[in-house]
Amino acid sequence: MRFTLKKDKSGVVIVGVEGQLIVGNRQELKQKVLEALEEGSRKFVIDFSKTGYIDSSGLGVLVSLSKKIREQSGELRLAGLNADLQTLFELTKLDTLFAITRTAEEALAAF
Amino acid sequence: MRLDVPSDLGMVGDAVELVATHLPPGTLSPRRISFNLRTALAEALGNAIRYGNGEDPDRLVRVYVELRRDFVRIHVDDDGQGYDPSRLPDPTHPDNLEREYGRGLFVIRHLVDDVAFNEKGNGICLTLRAG
Repeated sequence: MRFTLKKDKSGVVIVGVEGQLIVGNRQELKQKVLEALEEGSRKFVIDFSKTGYIDSSGLGVLVSLSKKIREQSGELRLAGLNADLQTLFELTKLDTLFAITRTAEEALAAF
Repeated sequence: MRLDVPSDLGMVGDAVELVATHLPPGTLSPRRISFNLRTALAEALGNAIRYGNGEDPDRLVRVYVELRRDFVRIHVDDDGQGYDPSRLPDPTHPDNLEREYGRGLFVIRHLVDDVAFNEKGNGICLTLRAG
């Protein structure tokens, strides 16, 4: 389990989630993204292409981050969900709350 | 398979991996082990540690896995007072959609074939049928 943050040339922060996003590590992700927000970043992509599973606490932290980023006039996009994760977002109706793209590259192009 | 898990949320991921990687192949498909079982067990453990045992380090969450040819059944029991699962709000209602919490049991119900509770409400039983 690992979170990686990198900034592309246009200043978008791309967050990679390797392994899982669950109750035991969600605060680490939240802290890393909020630090980048405090440092002035406003556009974020969270890339789940290397993510195995996400529990409801992980979903909750994404909802929380989305709100905090929007409050700062920023934008959060999600990318790289596999079929199971996409279904998870659909059944919880969180697919209506987030901008979701197939790949991180598509998310970057959409900003 | 039996497992006692300390009431530490940081242990959830390791406990899930321990159970998932010790399931013999055959009953559940690799995909269902990778996603349905891992996610549902992480939910159940997280709920038991946080809401059941109040993250009290002196309390354990007990996991018991029944392996059968046609199903896998996982019991997760805590030492809490229990709760009434029928009284939880619908997390997909528009008023609840932006809430950070309250999706755990809803997610579990969609990922496993059957969910049952003990009478006190401090034990949950997840059944995944073969396939």
